[in-house]
Amino acid sequence: MLLSVLIFLPLAGAIIVLIAPSDGMKKALAFGAAVATFVVSLLLLPGWQDIAGMQFVERYAWMPGLNIHYHLGVDGISLWLVVLTTFLMPIAVAFSNQHVKQSVGGYLALMLLMETAVLGVFLALDLVLFYVFWEFSLIPMALLIGKWGSDNRVYAAVKFFLYTLAGSALMLVAILALYFQTGTFDLLELQSLGVPAGLQQVAFLAFALAFAIKVPLFPFHTWLPDAHVEAPTAGSVILAGVLLKLGTYGFVRFALPLFPVAVADYASLISILAIVGIIYGALVALAQRDLKSLVAYSSVAHMGFVVLGIFALNEQAISGAVLQMVNHGLSTGALFLMVGMLYERRHTRLLSDFGGLWASVPIFCFFFLVVAMSSAGLPGLNGFVGEFLILLGTYKSTPLFAVLGTVGVILAAWYLLHAFRKVAQGALENPANFKENLPDLNWKEIWQLVPIVALFFVIGFAPNLFLSKINPSAGAVADLQMPVEGDTLTADGQDLSPLIAEDELSAAWR
Amino acid sequence: MDTALLFENATVLLPEIVLAVGVMVLMMVDIGLRKQNESGTLAALAIAILVLGMGASLLIWGRPPAEYLGGAVSDGFALSVRLVVLIAGIFGVLLSRNFLPSIERQGGAFYSLLILAVIGMMLMGTATNLIVLFIALEIFSLALYILSGFHRENPRSIEAAMKYFLLGAFASTFFVYGAALLYGAGGSTSYVQIHETLSSGGGNRSLVLPGIALLLVGFGFKVSLVPFHMWTPDVYQGAPTPVTAFMSVGTKAAAFAGFLRVMMVALPSLYEQWAAPLAILAVLTMTVGNLTALRQSSVKRMLAYSSVAHAGTILIALVAATPAATSAAAFYLFAYAFMNIGAFGVVIVLEGRGEGDVEQDRFNGLGTRYPSLAVAMAVFMLSLSGIPPLAGFFGKFLIFKAAVEADLAWLAVIGVLNSAISAYYYLRVVAAMFFREAEGEITCNCGPAINFSLAVTTIAVVVIGLQPGLWADLLRGL
Repeated sequence: MLLSVLIFLPLAGAIIVLIAPSDGMKKALAFGAAVATFVVSLLLLPGWQDIAGMQFVERYAWMPGLNIHYHLGVDGISLWLVVLTTFLMPIAVAFSNQHVKQSVGGYLALMLLMETAVLGVFLALDLVLFYVFWEFSLIPMALLIGKWGSDNRVYAAVKFFLYTLAGSALMLVAILALYFQTGTFDLLELQSLGVPAGLQQVAFLAFALAFAIKVPLFPFHTWLPDAHVEAPTAGSVILAGVLLKLGTYGFVRFALPLFPVAVADYASLISILAIVGIIYGALVALAQRDLKSLVAYSSVAHMGFVVLGIFALNEQAISGAVLQMVNHGLSTGALFLMVGMLYERRHTRLLSDFGGLWASVPIFCFFFLVVAMSSAGLPGLNGFVGEFLILLGTYKSTPLFAVLGTVGVILAAWYLLHAFRKVAQGALENPANFKENLPDLNWKEIWQLVPIVALFFVIGFAPNLFLSKINPSAGAVADLQMPVEGDTLTADGQDLSPLIAEDELSAAWR
Repeated sequence: MDTALLFENATVLLPEIVLAVGVMVLMMVDIGLRKQNESGTLAALAIAILVLGMGASLLIWGRPPAEYLGGAVSDGFALSVRLVVLIAGIFGVLLSRNFLPSIERQGGAFYSLLILAVIGMMLMGTATNLIVLFIALEIFSLALYILSGFHRENPRSIEAAMKYFLLGAFASTFFVYGAALLYGAGGSTSYVQIHETLSSGGGNRSLVLPGIALLLVGFGFKVSLVPFHMWTPDVYQGAPTPVTAFMSVGTKAAAFAGFLRVMMVALPSLYEQWAAPLAILAVLTMTVGNLTALRQSSVKRMLAYSSVAHAGTILIALVAATPAATSAAAFYLFAYAFMNIGAFGVVIVLEGRGEGDVEQDRFNGLGTRYPSLAVAMAVFMLSLSGIPPLAGFFGKFLIFKAAVEADLAWLAVIGVLNSAISAYYYLRVVAAMFFREAEGEITCNCGPAINFSLAVTTIAVVVIGLQPGLWADLLRGL
């Protein structure tokens, strides 16, 4: 029941928001619905068992004649992504409540609708149910971009919609082919039955295309800068924070367990694409003059890291990738939020319009620094743990990839510090940026950022709180993979990974 | 012939009989009411007749399939097709409530023709004999020719009727010639007997393939398969929009029902021969339909080409030729009835009096001016493009599933790629409604009957999408 409540609570909220009489009430109700969903998601934690299998499972027949089920469940891989979604949503709603002027009711209803779709994707264990939520998530996002975005919004919305829709079209045929071969749409049944090796190759490619576009993996990333830059702030927060994770989650949840043979064949290729994305994204981010584009391209680079971790195919790397999905959601979500706060004040995002803001808006700059450092993977903050685990795991399977990935870490620090320097440091010359003209963050905004920043430190200092729940499931996924020569994962690595992470972490911190 | 035979199993045709009696009553009442302005009464009567017909269909729903005089059968597929056609008919009447007064016509003739068309379409689904099939085809075709030209003051409507009639008559000739050749080949007009003769190696083989080819031209015209689709955009655009709404769904359902039954009951032994050409036609139809729809600025023409593309998708079910594929086609047509009639319903609301068409610009800013109308249109457009969880998605899902099961995964791949292409032009309407600003005033040509139709179709598209299992169980294939 709990998972169904989680999925449909935002939907109910969306409907209530639409029929509420006044804007004030709509805003309050939307925020209330988002917070309530977050609280419900926290109810997963007390009863949580640190096991690999699915928990809180629900299964009812949906189309009995076709063996399609309404099958939900949550495990260590989806748990924190669910909580990330429900956690970011109240913040995004709070920001929108403050800044969205035009038809705010529709905006908030679409945000909540999107939460339903995204939670459905994270919790569905039936391929058809998954596909339904997956496709459905496009509609609210495209509408948000197209109606409330900036100048080039219609183009961006249509491109986003068609690109991702076309990407997942073939996945539907692959799902049907899986059903044809095995007689079931159920993920867990498919996993235990095993997919015939011949079908694995084709089906993997179809799934991988859909996921790679969503992530987005180089060279399928071209929709992302448009969508991110044109989307309204809260839309960008959810797009970067949650929607991109659908792709990487899909790899871990579906591609890896169902198609181990094909994964073994394509792991190197995808890892190389991920590394290209890491370096390319970072270099392009460095060249941006628009702060929001910079953050958008940083997503290409950061999501490349997550994919690199996933396709290292061992427990540390997969755990790290899952944690890094959460980290990226928090850091990039916060970055977009802060870009939005700046934009609402100055109505520009060009780096050249800023400079020396530390003197005029110190609170903003302080938060900006922390968020940028988290995104750059500074030890002690959340980003470091994920990147470290990913690089560690990648080193175990292919040392060269880890070395190349490390270049990306350096580049990330470079472009983020570059952005910080351009915005906060230097001489305060532009009169529009003077203290009198540019108010610092107000309490509402500070309260939108504090929970995120607090989590940076919690994950940074006590990653085991999170990893202990991720590891069993990540280990189970890794165990399903084909044994690779010279691979030293399994038992010893399993227990050590969080310990190593913490040791290194505290060492680095000291 | 023994007269007792005439009444044996006559319940097979109960719905058709009810409607036929109803039409006669309607015509009498029309004459009686001639002096007064009573179009509301006539519409109510027409709807009552169609609802009675639906009641009759549901009455014989659970019964075991029976056959009437070797010409008509009441199996699950026939009943599914009846349901779709009756739904189209009821909405056809509802949607014409504003149109008829606007051309100062009572509508007695209009409603009678519409119900006659419904009878013909229903017969198409039940026919098990080439002669009955041809008669059914002509009953609904003739009614539709007149209905297309019902707006006499509009030259486009006249043009549509002429074009439809001339080309339709031509296609009927092909059809009847094909039927004759099949009779020559199989020695009978009954599907079952043709099958028996052909599968046992008897009959005149050299006539079979030309017969199939000619039959295919006839059906291809009716369901608008490429390259027999040229009439579709002109007729859809020129015909009064309520007629277009009714005919786009009804004709498709009826012609596909007849098509599926002939090919799968009479000619399964020649599957190897006809499957490949039909597969090519399906690919052509989907692709040409979608690519041409991309370039349309008139919404009615866009929907016409979209209906061509949908015909291609349904044709996949025939290429697969399995029981699951036919029930998928029945589900698809059922879903298509609601989303397509709904879309034309929105066009009716937006088109000016006597204009009979809407340019896409008219949708600009509809989301702000008439939000509920815009949401309804968005639901229809997204459903037509096959976005879950709406009805259209599950229609496509079931057809593609049947294709994959029949080892036609390549056809399913082309099908899904085509739905991705189609999303572009459907989405363009959604984008116009919600993302653009209105330029002038939007006049809204509403009325209780139209509002009711739009509400019902919108809810149906959503509910069928959320509970597809229920309907998939209800709608049977061959």
